[in-house]
Formats: sequence, structure tokens, C-alpha cells
Amino acid sequence: MATKGTVLGVIANMVTLTVDGPVAQNEICYILTGGDRLMAEVIKVVGKSAYVQVFESTRGLKVGAEAEFTGHMLEVTLGPGMLSKNYDGLQNDLDKMEGVFLKRGQYTYPLDKERKWHFKPIVKEGDKVGPSAWLGEVEENHQPLKIMVPFQLTDSYVVKSVVEEGEYTIEDTVAVLADREGKEIPVNMIQKWPVKKAMVNYREKPRPYKLLETGVRVIDTLNPIVEGGTGFIPGPFGTGKTVLQHAISKQAEADIVIIAACGERANEVVEIFTEFPELVDPHTGRKLMERTIIVANTSNMPVAAREASVYTAMTMAEYYRAMGLKVLLMADSTSRWAQALREMSNRMEELPGPDAFPMDLSAIISNFYGRAGFVHLYNGVTGSITFIGTVSPAGGNLKEPVTENTKKVARCFYALEQERADRKRYPAVNPIDSYSKYLEYPEFEDYIAKHINGEWIGKVNELKTRLLRGKEIAEQINILGDDGVPVDYHVIFWKSELIDFVILQQDAFDEVDSVTPMERQEEMVNMVIDICRADFEFDNFVEVMDYFKKMINVCKQMNYARFRSEQYSEYKKQLQDLVAERKVK
Amino acid sequence: MATKAFQKIYTKISQITKATCSLKAMGVGYDELAMVNGKLAQVVKIAGDEVTLQVFEGTEGIPTNAEVVFLGKSPTLKVSEQLAGRFFNAFGEPIDGGPEIEGKEVEIGGPSVNPVRRKQPSELIATGIAGIDLNNTLVSGQKIPFFADPDQPFNQVMAMVALRAQTDKIILGGMGMTNDDYLYFKNVFSNAGALDRIISFVNTTENPPVERLLIPDMALTAAEYFAVEHNQKVLVLLTDMTSYADALAIVSNRMDQIPSKDSMPGSLYSDLAKIYEKAVQFPTGGSITIIAVTTLSGGDITHAVPDNTGYITEGQLFLRRDSDIGKVIVDPFRSLSRLKQLVSGKKTRKDHPQVMNAAVRLYADAASAKTKMENGFDLTNYDERALAFAKDYANQLLAIDVNLNTTEMLDVTWGLFSKYFKPEEVNIKKEFVDQYWKKQS
Repeated sequence: MATKGTVLGVIANMVTLTVDGPVAQNEICYILTGGDRLMAEVIKVVGKSAYVQVFESTRGLKVGAEAEFTGHMLEVTLGPGMLSKNYDGLQNDLDKMEGVFLKRGQYTYPLDKERKWHFKPIVKEGDKVGPSAWLGEVEENHQPLKIMVPFQLTDSYVVKSVVEEGEYTIEDTVAVLADREGKEIPVNMIQKWPVKKAMVNYREKPRPYKLLETGVRVIDTLNPIVEGGTGFIPGPFGTGKTVLQHAISKQAEADIVIIAACGERANEVVEIFTEFPELVDPHTGRKLMERTIIVANTSNMPVAAREASVYTAMTMAEYYRAMGLKVLLMADSTSRWAQALREMSNRMEELPGPDAFPMDLSAIISNFYGRAGFVHLYNGVTGSITFIGTVSPAGGNLKEPVTENTKKVARCFYALEQERADRKRYPAVNPIDSYSKYLEYPEFEDYIAKHINGEWIGKVNELKTRLLRGKEIAEQINILGDDGVPVDYHVIFWKSELIDFVILQQDAFDEVDSVTPMERQEEMVNMVIDICRADFEFDNFVEVMDYFKKMINVCKQMNYARFRSEQYSEYKKQLQDLVAERKVK
Repeated sequence: MATKAFQKIYTKISQITKATCSLKAMGVGYDELAMVNGKLAQVVKIAGDEVTLQVFEGTEGIPTNAEVVFLGKSPTLKVSEQLAGRFFNAFGEPIDGGPEIEGKEVEIGGPSVNPVRRKQPSELIATGIAGIDLNNTLVSGQKIPFFADPDQPFNQVMAMVALRAQTDKIILGGMGMTNDDYLYFKNVFSNAGALDRIISFVNTTENPPVERLLIPDMALTAAEYFAVEHNQKVLVLLTDMTSYADALAIVSNRMDQIPSKDSMPGSLYSDLAKIYEKAVQFPTGGSITIIAVTTLSGGDITHAVPDNTGYITEGQLFLRRDSDIGKVIVDPFRSLSRLKQLVSGKKTRKDHPQVMNAAVRLYADAASAKTKMENGFDLTNYDERALAFAKDYANQLLAIDVNLNTTEMLDVTWGLFSKYFKPEEVNIKKEFVDQYWKKQS
């Protein structure tokens, strides 16, 4: 019989229950109040008392109210029909909810039980199948989705029967498996998985090495992220975190994009709802929404569900990875998630760690980032989850616990900087503090040598050195004055400004400039490096400034022109003439 | 709120702090209201049979044998058309001597809007102030605060914005407002003949601080009524949210919660978000726009209140006294409206985004030229032109006394570009330069 509980105490969304039977940590229960069923999760057990966090408002909840335990942890329901959906943090389908306002205790089924899918079997009767093996395929939004052996089954099985190709609903049995004892297990298209448990249904997880194109130059060229890599974007408010994240999710070369809007503004989610169905995926030519899932738990939605939302999104990503797909997961922002943990830890009167965050924050963050990665599935196919999280450091101070703990685990760091944002140099990614550890991977170097060219990484490092040198000289000029440094110094400084204006800065709202394919990035880098390596002759620093300003202006116009269009060639010609004017032969 | 018959009266208070009191009681709901010797209180903690109440007026003079009656409901507001033109206290009781409001009684602090039922904001709110309309365009359904030091004229600017904006209702939520400021708003609104579309909920510095916690929810409940039931465009003014946060800190401190940054409660982000996220554009045409004030101490935006606010709101507006022109301007560097791209260049002229960015970039060049000058270095010809531009730009556009429409603002900016710079120095797309660059005669 299911365990029952009775409410003993209430502080905000933390409720204490006395229970009459066994309860598990993280078990889900429903508290009954005034006709509503409030979903809650066990977060601590002391003797007969269970502390639960309620995923809803506890207004009006009274001592003595009853609770029913479900016997399982918070889980998501996985299957065909999730693409283009808008879910809340607990995977309720937001479009199915009635009314303008979110009513308490309203839960909706995440999938469509009526819809029929065209199922094509992959296995046949008598085949031996292992854990998470692919049994068949259905197509959703042009994406081949695999129907797999239920994730809970970790042994080897024999296919007793499999249905013929045809139309089936998610609840129809499509295959029957038999285990070693001959017990028959019917399989349909629905999978269930507890969100807080990582799925490890793959053979190995090698170091990732394949470049994941995002079309954002400061990422692809200077600090590349790879398929299955991890990155994070910290930045004070107003520095363009969300714009950068949206740009990546629009342009990245991924099969599936999952966006977890965790404790952020509702209007930003609305922007995705409104724009993505209109925008075209630059890689496939289809609508962006077709490959996107949104998990929205905005800042005014209940705090506990905010914590759940990132796990919900990660579990969905793992589901698609097990089909051999390239998944990009974006979470905005992980700081809100950490704050949700803090609020709860505070109510449980735990001894606080730094900045009142719970002591195990570091472990929680690293475990979560650890769930991303590039994997070889049991059948040899590869799949990946690339994870990029944003961090909203309090007061813009990067020495706070969430940033520091994330820095330990994420391999790419895109530091957004207030000063650059103030000067409208967008994206405001600081070129000197930011890094990508993947640039140091020999596997990555090999991959780039094959796909771009062998000199690429050397050039990227040269750009970085020049930017650093330019910054040092700018500081010297500030102290000594324009006249206080040699004219050569001005040349070096302006060469770094050229890199900044032409390669780093990118107009996210311009149709052409917002996305730069790798081929064009390569051409731009070559062009800029050639100019940087050339010697020029000037009499004084004013000449240097005027000359480079002209050059930057031409390059900017070029950035706004379509690649290799007539206009583009015209500007290129102008640039070559300009270079020839001053170049020392 | 008189005591009704057959209600159980408790008379044994076991614990009293400055803001809360505790007693043994049964059958009490979370968030429920109670009267403690005639003072309004709300349940903030239940542990077994012990209930902790937050007393809004403060616990001064409450004896251990005070009479406690539970009201069986959480705070409510009666909503109807009669709200228009009236002034209320934090409990929604009239303070203008007029009659009680008759209408539907609704719980304040209600549920949030389903994100998929929102509409993307897309309507420009024109204020005539170029520092806002040109550089940081406001959109209906947006939430944006002024970050200002207490000595800056934020209330005047806010009143001006409220009156110029084309809205159906203006709801003022005053928290810890001085009586003088309250009278200022009252005067400005009645002189403008706008009183019939104004509703005010006011907690002045003369009222107990904890009462303030009810003000934003009261104001926004009234706003939701007009936006949802009557499809009206509602502008909510909240001043000052720092006083609100201070009240939150007082209560959490009395409840022995572990404070996080700057002695603020760990839940500050969620508490503020619940208020600001009420800003919304409904598909049916109604909208709630929030303009708030967050006072800073010494311009410090890293303090927990402005910091958390900045992460919630869609931008922020800074005021600054510009000593070169002797006027208050809207600071173009630190101010930001995140929703501006939804209207700028779309609802306004196409060159708007580029002109705005170029002007701010040139203004930044002027700022570095100024630093150079102050450090005693020679200025280049470009530096001097940038400085002259900055002065005109501040005077003709950034100052808060400007009142132009956006097309005029763009024309003025192009005029300044042409006066001081060469086309290649402004970095604007060629098609716009060709069209708008003013030939110098």
C-alpha cells in the first residue's frame, strides 16, 4: 500500500509531513488541499517526519492536510511528440493548460496519446538486443527518432515479436522482448526516467573534438566549442548573455536544441515562442522551432520547479543522445537554479556555505555538467550533448560561488564584460579572459587541420597575442599620452582594434552579420592576419588612427555585405587599394 | 474588519518579536490573515500547533494576552471600476475620505500568467525624452526601473513619463514615500486633469514599514483587473522598491533566517521577480507596464537590491547630472532597454538602431577624450570634435527636459553627425549615410 502523510508544518514552500510508511529521498508526493493536488518532492527525512518542497504555492495549506506518496522520484515521460513543445519545469505541456493564468495543481500530459506515428522496425523476431538498443524508428519533424529498449532494462533480451511497419500510437505495443527467464516484456514508444539520475546507456565517453559551429565569430574562431563540450557564459546584467545564448541556439549546427529558461524573464521565453516558428534553421532550411524544445520555468513560477527544470531538460537531452543525435542544451541561468537550492537549504536550517549557498553546491554543479558529453553508443553510433549554461554573478563579481564552481568544470569560458557592453562592443565577450580548453586538445587540432587548415590554430593564437599586446599598449598610452609612445606602438594598437572591430564585434540583429559560416570566418581571419603582418609607414599617430579608422569602416561594410556578393568584392577591392597605399614593400 | 460572531478568539501569545508574534492555534491556513488586538497580521510559519504571525503595523503594545482572531482568507482587494481616481492605504482601504469600494473581492498576489498565453510586447511607449525614446525605447508590457540616488529627480521624471505615455490607467504604488512626494504626485496628476485615470496605493514614511509588503501586490491586482477584464493599457509606477526590500529584510531577520548578500533574504530574487513579472502584454490588447524606482546608495549597483533587480527587469534607466551642460541627463552608457529592438527600426525609422549606437559610441570617444584632457595630454582634432559633439548631444537630446518625437530625434542626431564628423568616422551602413547625411553648405 502506498505511504500516506499528514501535514505538520508549513514555511513558504517547505512542508513537514508525518508519514505512516517508508519514504525515499526525492520521492514525489501529492498534498491535498482545498480540492487541489500539490506536487512535492522529499528533500529530507528525520524519523517519521518527511520534509518536502512543494512545486506550487502553499497558500491556505493547513496542518492535518493529507498527502499521498507515489513511490517514484520526479521523472519525465519521453517519446515521440516532444519536439516544438513548450514545457514547464515539471514537463507539463504549457499549451494544454487552460486559462491565461497558471492554476495551482494543474498538470498536463507531455505527449500526445491520440497521434499516430509511422513506425518502421529496425529489429526482427529472434534478434538479441542489449540495453537501450534501437528497436524501430519513427519520424518527427524530419528527425529520425529511435524507439529503444526501455532504459530500465540493462540485461540482454530476445525479440519475441515486433509489429510491422505502420501507424501506431505511443501506447501501442510495438515489440515484445523476452528476458533470460523467458519472461515477456511488452514495449511501447514511451520511456520514463528519473530526472536526477544520469543516463549511462553508452559504451564510452571519449574526449570531444569535433567543432560545433555557432556562426558567432568570437566563439568559433577564438574560443571554439565542440560537440559534446561544455561552456559557460558569466556576465553582469545588461552585457548581452541572453542575446548571445539566443544567437547560439538559433545558429548552432545541432539536430536538437533544448532551451531551459530557468528563473529568467517570461518575455525572453515569449521571444523564442514568437520568433523560432518564423526563423529558418541555416543548416537545414526548415523552421527552427521544429528542432527546438523549450523548458520554461520563468522567475515568477514556483521556485522548487525551477530546480527541477534544468534536470528535466538534461534528461530530455540524454534521451535524444541515446538515439545518436547531436543535442545542444542551453540553460539560462544556472545561478537561478543555485538560488533555488539556497532558498531551500535556508528553510531547512542547514549550516550555510559561502554566500549562504548549500555546502554541496560544487558537487551538484560538477555532476550536472558531467552529464553532457560526446559518446559512443553500444551500437557504435555517436551522439552528443553540448551544454552551455549562463551564470548571473551577483554584482558582476566573478569571485562568487556559482561562477567559481562552474569554472572548475566547464571547458569553455565566455566572460561577458561590462566595459565592453558600455562601449557597445557586442558581443561583449572579453577576448583576453575568455578561453576554450579545446584549443589545446591534440584531437581537436587534428580535426581542424583536416577540416579547415593546418595553420588555423597558430593564427588563432596569433590573434589572441595581438589582442593582448594591443590592450597593454592602450594602457601605456593612457598613462604616457599619445605622444609618449613610439608611432609603432600606435600601429600595434590599431591592428588589435582592427581585429576587435572586424572579427570580435558582430551585429546580432543584422541579417547577414549575425551568422558567419566557418568558410567566411576563415577568409576574414586570413584577411585580417595579412593586414596585421604587413608593415605600414606613418609619420605620426594621427595618421595611424585616421588610416585604420578608414580600414575598419571598409571591413565593417564588408561584414554587412553577403558573402562573395558583388558588393562584397567591391569592398574587398577597396580594402586592397587602401592597404597598398601605405604598405611598405 | 470587525470580528464576526462564532469566531474562535485566542488569547495566549507565546512569543513576540518586533515584527512577529507566535501562538498555539489549530486549523489555520498558510498565508491566512488574522487580527491581533485590532492589528492586521498574516501567517508566515506553521509548525505543528504553533503559528507565527507577521504583524504589519509592528508589534508595539501587543500584550501576551492580546485577542487573536483568524480571518480565514489571505489578503484581498475589492476590484471594480470604482477604483479609478481613488487613493488607498496598503490594506486597500480608502484614505481620501471617499466611500468604500464595492466590487469583486480577489486575493492579491495571484498566480502568474502562463508564458505561452503572453504576447510579445511590440508597442512603443513614447515619452518625448530622447534619452529614453532614442536610446532606450520603452515598450508596453515591459518592466524597467530607474536606478537613482535619493537626491535625483526620479519622481519628477516618472510623473512626466506617466502623463505623456498613452495609457488608460496609471497605478501608483508608493512604498516608504515621504508625505511631500505623495502630495507632489497628487498635485501633478490633478493639475494635469488626469486624476480619473489614476489609482494610488500609498505607504508613506509615517506608516509602519512592514505594511509596504502589501503595496506592490495591491497595485498589481488592480492592474490585472483593468488589463484582463477591460483590456486596458495599464502603467504601474512603483516607488521605491529599495524600501520594499528593506521591509523584506526586516521580516526575514525577525524570523531568524540566514541572510545572504547585504543582509537581504536569500529569496530576494524570487520575491522581486514575482512582482516585476506581472508586467505583461495580453493577446487581447490589455497590458501591464511597470516603471519602478530602485534607490541606490552612492551609485552602487552591486548592492543586492539593484543587482537582483537588474537581472529581473528588462533594462534600467540611470539619471546623471552632467556638469558640462548643468542639466540632468539619462545616462546613455549605463541605461538599457532590453526590449528596444522590438520597436526600434521597426515601429520607428529604419536607421534608428544604427544611429543610436553610433551616437553612443561617439559619446564614449568624447568621454575618453575628456579623461585625456584631464590627465593633461594634448587632444587630437578628432578628440576636440568629439567633445563638442558630446556637449550638443547632451544638451539637445540626453537632457530630461527634451520633448521631441523619434523622427525629430533622429534628424537632430544626423545633424550633429554631419556637423562634427566625416561619414567614415560614424561606422553606419552606407545606405543610411547616403540618405540622411546632411550636406554642409
